[in-house]
Amino acid sequence: MHFVVCAKQIPDPETPPSAFRVNEQTNEVIPAQGIAPVLSQFDAIAAEAALRIKEAGSDVKITVVSMGKESAAAAIKQVLAMGADEGLLLDDDAFQGGDWNGTVKVLSAAIQKLGNVDAVFCGRQAADWDMGQTGVGIAETLGWQAAIIAKDVKVEGDKMVVQRVLPDGFQTVKLPLPSVVTVSNELGEPRYPKLAQIMQAAKKTVTKWSAADLGLDAGAVGASGAQLKLERLFIPQAGGNVIIIEGETPQEQAQNLVNALQADKVL
Amino acid sequence: MAQDVLVVGELAGGDITSTTAELLNAAKSLAEGGAVAVTLLGATAGAAAASAFAAGATKVFSSGDAAYDDGRADQWAAAVDAAVGQQNPGVVLFAQSPIGRDVAPRIAFRRNTAVAMDCVGVAMDGGSFKATRPCYGGNALAVYSFASSPAIATVRAKSFDAAAPAAGASGETVDLGAASASSIEIVGMEAAVSTGLKMEEAPIVVAGGRGLGDAEGFREIEALAEAFGSDKATTGASRAAVDLGWYPPAKQVGLTGKVVTPDLYVAVAISGASQHMAGCSGSKMIVAINRDKEANIFKTAKYGIVGDWKAVVPALIAAVKAAK
Repeated sequence: MHFVVCAKQIPDPETPPSAFRVNEQTNEVIPAQGIAPVLSQFDAIAAEAALRIKEAGSDVKITVVSMGKESAAAAIKQVLAMGADEGLLLDDDAFQGGDWNGTVKVLSAAIQKLGNVDAVFCGRQAADWDMGQTGVGIAETLGWQAAIIAKDVKVEGDKMVVQRVLPDGFQTVKLPLPSVVTVSNELGEPRYPKLAQIMQAAKKTVTKWSAADLGLDAGAVGASGAQLKLERLFIPQAGGNVIIIEGETPQEQAQNLVNALQADKVL
Repeated sequence: MAQDVLVVGELAGGDITSTTAELLNAAKSLAEGGAVAVTLLGATAGAAAASAFAAGATKVFSSGDAAYDDGRADQWAAAVDAAVGQQNPGVVLFAQSPIGRDVAPRIAFRRNTAVAMDCVGVAMDGGSFKATRPCYGGNALAVYSFASSPAIATVRAKSFDAAAPAAGASGETVDLGAASASSIEIVGMEAAVSTGLKMEEAPIVVAGGRGLGDAEGFREIEALAEAFGSDKATTGASRAAVDLGWYPPAKQVGLTGKVVTPDLYVAVAISGASQHMAGCSGSKMIVAINRDKEANIFKTAKYGIVGDWKAVVPALIAAVKAAK
């Protein structure tokens, strides 16, 4: 079987809020100094799900695919170090500035070009824009089923059996292959590659494909193909005006807080 | 300019969900006089139509096929797409729910348009639809417009108020027919072993963090939630506390946990890391109790108490009980 894991390199979500900055003229996040970008944690969990199936004895090849600039190769290398077999970087200036339509078109075209892909594993969302539509978008584009927000994924014959996280419990569904699954943190911690695996990953192949390689019209992807327009990106100014509840004793502080909550009709 | 708006309704307990009622009220202002249509899919769709009209719908696309109660994305997408085709709305609103997360992108990609997920605001701004949503773990807000139609958005629970029900309201009902065939097989459902209120629905969430010092600290967090009332308040925890094994993972609030939007979020001994704020910054009001007056949580809190939780929380339990 052939699995694809979609991986995205993002600014480190553990960046302290004090170091998080936005350029409100360009609507872009300003990279925090000295904090390296990372593989989106949900994508690491998606890779973990694919690797567990491989380790359970199935004959599986795992290709990790990332759309991004050259620097996104680091995210690919990390999934290779975790145990994936091959890497694929989708890099073209034409891909820049796009919306999720563009991303889905590029990833779907790559999956089609790879051919004979049995399952695509995505994180439930990328931990930068937190959108959570790429996995389902790929499934819709390829005419496949998708199971979203998975905590467990297995393959039984020509079916994928997925345990999904719902607000009131866990639903188990069975989908025909090929299908897409988006994986959530309930699956468990992704493995941390050992040094030897990181060394090995350096030797694994990372192929590069451009828009032309994918047969995509540059005008249909990236900024020119975008239908969702980012009008404004800003840091909400909720901060700075906290009302500190004073009091001589904890009892007095507590009473003053209750009075404030009652005045606000919260209590 | 008037436009039609379609709300993808959801059913629970034989009625429309509270989020559906909220979306219908939001749709009414977006429609600016146009139709407010709603899809109602599931065994109780017929019975729920009256509530949908009372909550602001002018037209119901309905199917009483019980197959929809299982929430298969392919069947839901086919039905919603049929309603979109018949109504030709300018805007389609979903709840940010398992159904919304599964079906909204399907409709967007099927119709070659776009969707903004997990929005906290949707509005008409000079004739153009704008959707506002948190991103970067709640550190930033993004405002989007759409170059394509219909504009599609999934909306977080409690982002809007529901309208007071209009008694006796009615409107047109269109039958969507039986669900289409599905290749998704539902094998089973295991109910979560959590008792009491769901974190996502509770009006009050009391959460504890690493600063509690040990698992025992959560007994005080539970006692404070109990003091607010077991019908109103539940408990939560930061990732740090969950990672230390002090509280169940199902109770984790944050980017890798649950996103909660209560009326009141009480953060006890939680510093307020980005990934935690991603889970609670949508709360109507945050109260923070922390020893460190520089803690990040105070930047988002409306009220703060700087002090040792071990002294403050018992005093607060007593004061809350006395206030009832």
